[in-house]
Amino acid sequence: MAATPLLELRGIDKSFGPVQVLRDVDLLVPPGEVTALVGDNGAGKSTLVKCVSGIYSADAGELFFDGTPVTINGPRDAAALGIEIVYQDLALCDNLDVVQNMFLGREKRTGLVLDEPTMEQLAAKTLAELSVRTVKSLRQHVSSLSGGQRQTVALAKAVLWESRLVILDEPTAALGVAQTAQVLELVRRMADNGLAVVLISHNMNDVFAVSDRIAALYLGRMVAQVRTADVTHAQVVELITSGRSGSLGLAAEGAAADEYGPDGALR
Amino acid sequence: MTATAHMQPAVTTAPPNVADHVREYLSRVRGGDIGALPAVLGLIVLCAVFATLRPAFLSTVNFANLFAQGAAVAIIAMGLVFVLLIGEIDLSAGFASGVCASVLAILLSTYGLPWYVAVLAAIGTGVAIGLVLGFLVAKVGIPSFVVTLAAFLAFQGVVLLLLEEGKNIAVRDDVVLAVANRNLPPPLGWALAVLGVGGYALAQLVRLRTRQRRGLVTDPLLVVVARIAMVAAVVAAAVYLLNLERSRNTLITSLKGVPVVVPLIVVLLLVWSFVLSRTAYGRHIYAVGGNVEAARRAGINTDRIRISAFVICSGMAAVGGIVAASRASSVDPNTGGSNVLLYAVGAAVIGGTSLFGGKGRALDAVLGGAVVAVIINGMGLMGYSSGVKYVVTGAVLLLAAGVDALSRRRAAATGNR
Repeated sequence: MAATPLLELRGIDKSFGPVQVLRDVDLLVPPGEVTALVGDNGAGKSTLVKCVSGIYSADAGELFFDGTPVTINGPRDAAALGIEIVYQDLALCDNLDVVQNMFLGREKRTGLVLDEPTMEQLAAKTLAELSVRTVKSLRQHVSSLSGGQRQTVALAKAVLWESRLVILDEPTAALGVAQTAQVLELVRRMADNGLAVVLISHNMNDVFAVSDRIAALYLGRMVAQVRTADVTHAQVVELITSGRSGSLGLAAEGAAADEYGPDGALR
Repeated sequence: MTATAHMQPAVTTAPPNVADHVREYLSRVRGGDIGALPAVLGLIVLCAVFATLRPAFLSTVNFANLFAQGAAVAIIAMGLVFVLLIGEIDLSAGFASGVCASVLAILLSTYGLPWYVAVLAAIGTGVAIGLVLGFLVAKVGIPSFVVTLAAFLAFQGVVLLLLEEGKNIAVRDDVVLAVANRNLPPPLGWALAVLGVGGYALAQLVRLRTRQRRGLVTDPLLVVVARIAMVAAVVAAAVYLLNLERSRNTLITSLKGVPVVVPLIVVLLLVWSFVLSRTAYGRHIYAVGGNVEAARRAGINTDRIRISAFVICSGMAAVGGIVAASRASSVDPNTGGSNVLLYAVGAAVIGGTSLFGGKGRALDAVLGGAVVAVIINGMGLMGYSSGVKYVVTGAVLLLAAGVDALSRRRAAATGNR
């Protein structure tokens, strides 16, 4: 494991009214590695990400970025720290072209006028750094791109902003086999370029193909953070579905059932 | 993605080729990205039909008339483009222009204020109307259709109240009257034409040079030159025709030159085209129209963008109202009423602005406005009753909206837009 984790969460709690969605969650995200965040529906993955991105504020717990404690009060704070989140959809405007989308909301300009040549050059450079060869023209509308290409543009957009932590929410959920492979390859390259990457995924094949570490959430608890190489496919599935697998995960069977059974069912 | 695309480098810097450019354009059109093509083709067909049936249509008097007839609609349509771009509608733009024209007329005639005060007050009224409409749509969250339908009814009443139950107020201020009724001296017309075309050519060539120096993909030089030549030819022909003597009897009066309203439209067109295509604000308008959620996540203040679109729309409606008041030399309860709004929406849509948001240009409003003006003018020459005119205009609007919807479907099918 790397020396200092880029992002460290300690004891994060979050409730919505009577429903406690996150309980005492710890998470380490080192730079240069892909950390897969896995868990069943309702395990709290999205909530955890929203706490990091500043959309929700955690009820309790500490957040360290680059070793220093920080508070994130909104998406702008997160962006200022270099945290970028790529959502499964909703990220791109169909009626704008690739460059326009990559710079949306942060356009380069000289005076009042948009500096198109500079933006186009920077976009081209970023795509080249990520060895993206699938986007034919930077000036084609995003609507004419395939699902994989769109996801590529969304990832490149996140990289463009000198971000240090990129959180990907189900990036391959809507993609075909070949496109999934392309996007995963890109995710791997982002980590190899030194970024910290958090990959939220349901797909075990993706997780094992690309991640260095796996963090498993079960009913709002972080049940295990392990190196991908140390676990098997079956173990991870067990962690997701029952919160424990052999020596990993929640310790005592009875305690888990007592503590989480009733309100877990509500979720 | 196909295997061939894999072979391509991330950025193509191959020298641009005219044949490729044409082929790409054709494939875009086939893919549903038809832009202003229907408006241009429609304009040519309509002109040909009317010219054959009524030779008077081609007279220089009538040509100059077209500009005065279409000006107010085209100006209101330019404002409407902004509201349509963010995927909303403003049904009140017509009567908003009536309210603003009433304010202008009352300040000029009843209070005898100078023209610039009255014009500023009229535009200020438009901006205030836009702020209220935009606030109700963006902040309160009432659908724009309902807000502006309510405003449509209310403004109709406001005009009646302002004009004290339908009085007709004459506009006698020379400057205001000049807007839609006077012509530029012929030499000035030529000077402005040369200036305009020269500026356009310079901007195009500078842009080409900058992109070439930076090693970016450019349009072929030939295409750029052809574009400049076409603009120059159209402008020169128009200025030449407008500078011909139009008076029936030159002993009584001489009537020649470019109507004053033409440079006004050109300036408005340039300003709004610049705002839409060259500023971050314009980019954000398109983003809000394309995907509000993506725009919000990109840190764009979407409410402010939406309110500003309504402000521009109502502000431009005020300018349109001023032109209408100037042309009629008076303001009455029907100014900006009846079919002005539908003509304006029709102009924007015929020109290629999408009713679904995210697609459109200021130029669309002018091209569409020209089509609408030709229809009104030509049908008038043919001596059709206003009943027929309404039916035909309605049919053309429906046709344009149909073309918009179909090209959108085609665009979705071919993954293009």
